[in-house]
Amino acid sequence: MPAVTETREAVETLGQSTYKWGFETDIEMEFAPKGLSEETIRFISARKQEPEWMLDWRLQAFRAWQAMEEPTWQKPEYPAIDYQDAFYFAEPKKKPGPKSLEEVDPELLRTYEKLGIPLHEQAILAGVEGADQAERLPVAVDAVFDSVSVVTTFRKTLEEAGVIFCPISDAIREHPELVKRYLGSVVPVSDNFFAALNSAVFTDGSFVYVPEGVRCPMELSTYFRINARNTGQFERTLIICEDRATVSYLEGCTAPMRDENQLHAAVVELVAMNDATIKYSTVQNWYPGDENGKGGIYNFVTKRGACRGRNAKISWTQVETGSAITWKYPSCILAGEGSVGEFYSVAVTNNRQQADTGTKMIHLAPNTRSTIIAKTISAGHSDSTYRGLVRMMPKARGARNFTQCDSLLIGDQCGAHTVPYIENRNMTARVEHEATTSKISEDQLFYCRSRGLSEEDAVGLIVNGFCKDVLKELPMEFAVEAQKLLQLSLEGSVG
Amino acid sequence: MSESVALSPALGSFLARAHEGEARELLARQGLPQRRLEAWRYTPLRDVDRIGFEPPAHVSLGEAEALLARLAPEARSGFRVVFVNGVLVPELTRLPEAVILTAPDAPLLADRPLSVLNSALQQPGLSLTVPAGVEAGQICLVSLVSGEEPVSTHLAHQVTLEKEATLTLLDIQSGEGAYLANPSLTVSVAEGAHLTHLRVQQDDVRATNLTLVNASIAEHGTYDSFTLTLGSRLSRHEVLAHLGGKHATVHVNAAQLLAGTQHADLTSVITHAAPDCNSRQTVKNVLMDAAHGVFQGKIYVDRIAQKTDGYQMNQALLLSEKAQIDSKPELEIYADDVKCSHGATVGALDDEQLFYLRARGVPYDTAKAMLVRAFLLDALSLVTDEAAYALLDQRVEAWWLNREG
Amino acid sequence: MNDFLKISGLCAQIDDNGTPKEILRGLDLDVPKGEIHAIMGPNGSGKSTLSYVLAGREDYEVTGGSAHFMGEDLLALEPEERAALGVFLAFQAPVELPGVNNANFLRTAVNAVRRARKEDELDAVGFLKAVRAETKHLHMSDEMLKRNVNVGFSGGEKKRNEVLQMRMLRPKFAILDETDSGLDIDALRIVAEGVNSLRGPDFSALIITHHQRLLDYIKPDRVHVMAKGRIIHSGGAEVALALEAQGYQQYLEAVA
Repeated sequence: MPAVTETREAVETLGQSTYKWGFETDIEMEFAPKGLSEETIRFISARKQEPEWMLDWRLQAFRAWQAMEEPTWQKPEYPAIDYQDAFYFAEPKKKPGPKSLEEVDPELLRTYEKLGIPLHEQAILAGVEGADQAERLPVAVDAVFDSVSVVTTFRKTLEEAGVIFCPISDAIREHPELVKRYLGSVVPVSDNFFAALNSAVFTDGSFVYVPEGVRCPMELSTYFRINARNTGQFERTLIICEDRATVSYLEGCTAPMRDENQLHAAVVELVAMNDATIKYSTVQNWYPGDENGKGGIYNFVTKRGACRGRNAKISWTQVETGSAITWKYPSCILAGEGSVGEFYSVAVTNNRQQADTGTKMIHLAPNTRSTIIAKTISAGHSDSTYRGLVRMMPKARGARNFTQCDSLLIGDQCGAHTVPYIENRNMTARVEHEATTSKISEDQLFYCRSRGLSEEDAVGLIVNGFCKDVLKELPMEFAVEAQKLLQLSLEGSVG
Repeated sequence: MSESVALSPALGSFLARAHEGEARELLARQGLPQRRLEAWRYTPLRDVDRIGFEPPAHVSLGEAEALLARLAPEARSGFRVVFVNGVLVPELTRLPEAVILTAPDAPLLADRPLSVLNSALQQPGLSLTVPAGVEAGQICLVSLVSGEEPVSTHLAHQVTLEKEATLTLLDIQSGEGAYLANPSLTVSVAEGAHLTHLRVQQDDVRATNLTLVNASIAEHGTYDSFTLTLGSRLSRHEVLAHLGGKHATVHVNAAQLLAGTQHADLTSVITHAAPDCNSRQTVKNVLMDAAHGVFQGKIYVDRIAQKTDGYQMNQALLLSEKAQIDSKPELEIYADDVKCSHGATVGALDDEQLFYLRARGVPYDTAKAMLVRAFLLDALSLVTDEAAYALLDQRVEAWWLNREG
Repeated sequence: MNDFLKISGLCAQIDDNGTPKEILRGLDLDVPKGEIHAIMGPNGSGKSTLSYVLAGREDYEVTGGSAHFMGEDLLALEPEERAALGVFLAFQAPVELPGVNNANFLRTAVNAVRRARKEDELDAVGFLKAVRAETKHLHMSDEMLKRNVNVGFSGGEKKRNEVLQMRMLRPKFAILDETDSGLDIDALRIVAEGVNSLRGPDFSALIITHHQRLLDYIKPDRVHVMAKGRIIHSGGAEVALALEAQGYQQYLEAVA
């Protein structure tokens, strides 16, 4: 059937034909010594002017890491990583103290432009307030350019509200008591191989603290870029919401085209106290490698949130279209009575991409609730796995989980897998899991086309419809971008 | 590599009896499966490892007859094959003339610990072929074990259906004592043939049952199985089904009713290796007291297996605070034009339903029993043979009365 | 003095996501033997809670007051004991029981109640005769007996099924919890006939509704107005007509 063939061809080029974010910025870098040793860690810690306790914490993590073995249970396969053949610290040389936006290296601003950072945000970064900006909810951007946060906008507005939003290295110096108290409290240093590695060598990331009763006045956003050759990216993000506080945090990631695979092993920790709400959204379109699987990012991330207070809520939303390998399980530990965990995910893989993603919902307390909606789309020679754990512990009386996993296969050279683990230790807890695997229905395609849609528009439409339950969870700013991303991937593939 | 695992009492006793060969070597190297093996994470054989197992004692014909009457009354009439303590009792065995007894040659599956154990200690079991076109009716396969000391049996059965043959195999496993039953059944269903396999596992609650079924189904063939698990302290029923020809069908349905500290594991791997095949699986767990139910079900769809229709439903009813369930339904799919789905639900009895029944005057225990039976019905009703359904239903009823009384 | 159904100062609450929510706040109600009473009230007044508390649903916690039925402490009894005693709740939304055969369910219930009342149980033939007589009376097809309880039943069929159960269990006191909601006129008539056919010196009923409509078919002896968890006004059948014409406001203002 020609329609199908065309569709396949169309989709096989998804993400590969024109990786429009593939470029390199030429900014002089400063590197830590190559390889991983105590010396590297001391170098990083010294460069960041960290206090002694932080260095000790890193060294402890490093020793734990040395004793650990790289996991092998996952579905994706990748060549062995030589941890000694990489740089763990790269800092763009900057003019002394870029305190105002005007002083920001114009090269950087051009980078953001090429990145496709939404116009209004560019305006914010450039310090130009457009007339139409007044009605928009402002977005604070903490841009992580490789390893160092270069500039943080809206820091002042946030400070007035009592919200702390800054690079984590600043937080270590300026709010040591908070960092000491929460860092590693959700993801312990020895939690897993990559988390231990991150704990030892993390270079930057964001820190958010929303005090009691404060509703963060704007969406917080950060853009990660991996720029220099052979630098691993090890961000560390820590978000704390005190009682009745709320925050919505957006994370967007792109990286330029590369030949060598690059490891990205971030750790994100969220802490929500009584009646607090944290919404964490990710759109990840890092370089996926070329059609033969050459290059591309290894995205091995540990993301975990702890609902520590009554009726706390943590909601993860992710749209994963990039990276050669995506391997992560944003999870929720529901320790507060009545707390809520959510996980909404779209994962698109194509060519030789591999994804093994999902979530863990650990219900510790009574009346906790969790919802998991995962949509997986596989095309080309790619392989995508949903892996999820729902665990109801003995004290989780009246707890509830609902899980829905749907997979869509495009072409007969890809794979889609669903591996849920359901463990129930409380009779009053209820778990429901549903999963389906199918292809784009010929009927739907035909229907759309007979109404005048081109094939790729039809596929785009159907794929977007398939993902709707997840996309609608994204904040407005991202929903449009994510939808475009899905559509763009399909666009330009024919003719 | 030499023997690399520590010699546990169980392993020691097995190796002392094992036949020389590859299976023995594998067993010596791997030992019994433990938690670190993904496929065994919910059912590690730690406790079994601590027991040294002896070969079972000989049982007289009189004793065998008494055991049969007591433990498998359903096999009173009709065709049957009776094994007691791992040995065929020819005097109690009656087979239809049309079937042919053959020499067993079950394959060793090196990556399946149950196949390794069974092969290493293999005892000849039922090995029969139903010739092409023959409708062989029903044969009852009864495997009983009796012994006060820990003993183990490792029967290897093989059932082959030639083209368009049919057979209903009623497979009853039971016994008295703290034994280990470790049978294997190799099933081969040729083109257009139809095997109905109804298995009732009602071993002693002190016993361990580790059963492996390895079935391959050819074009238009059907392997329709239902397992009712009521017995054993620890059991694992592992089914490997390979759909190798177009329009082949497999059903792996089951119900597990567990109480006390019983642990029962149903693990299945259904491989769709040909287009247009159909697999169906409905598994129900009813868990009382501190019982532990495990379900692991994988549907694997090969690239070639377009138009696969796979369905899997796993449900557990927890009737006590201490009961627990671990469920891992899994889809691994490499073909795009497929229709595969699975579902799992875990929970207690529905309070609203319970209240409705009680508000109509039905006493609590009866109401509970009615709802449990209703819960099981989805699975049990898949047994289409009326006599077989009645048998299963009666066993469930008796089990339930026994619990409640 | 009435010794049939006597409710005094009844208070009940429900757990609303961790916090108790009071719904019945000192409700007094007497229904004498042989009478049919109606309770009307706006949404959220606690009408359904009252029916659930009387039938013994566990989600509701009784925090004060009492309810006696024929001299027995109703609140101390299990739901099935109340049923055996002759209390019947016709549900607003009868729950579905997948896998439970309707006839089997009905027979189990009838015999459990008969056993408790020290009557002979019905054998299969006797039961079938009795149930056929009722289904015929209610213009129900026997097909409904073969299906699972309420599964795939239309709204009208569910209500008919409730009436069938009521007639089979021969209650002394029936509570109809908004049985009329969403019913077409034919179904409404069937429900009303079901109640009217049982009407007599040994049968009482409490009709919970917020429409006058059902009361056109079942003439109540008394009508109570309920609001905020209490009976705020009682009177004859004319109260329902007044409510239909003027609404609840006059009564609410009177208590405010």
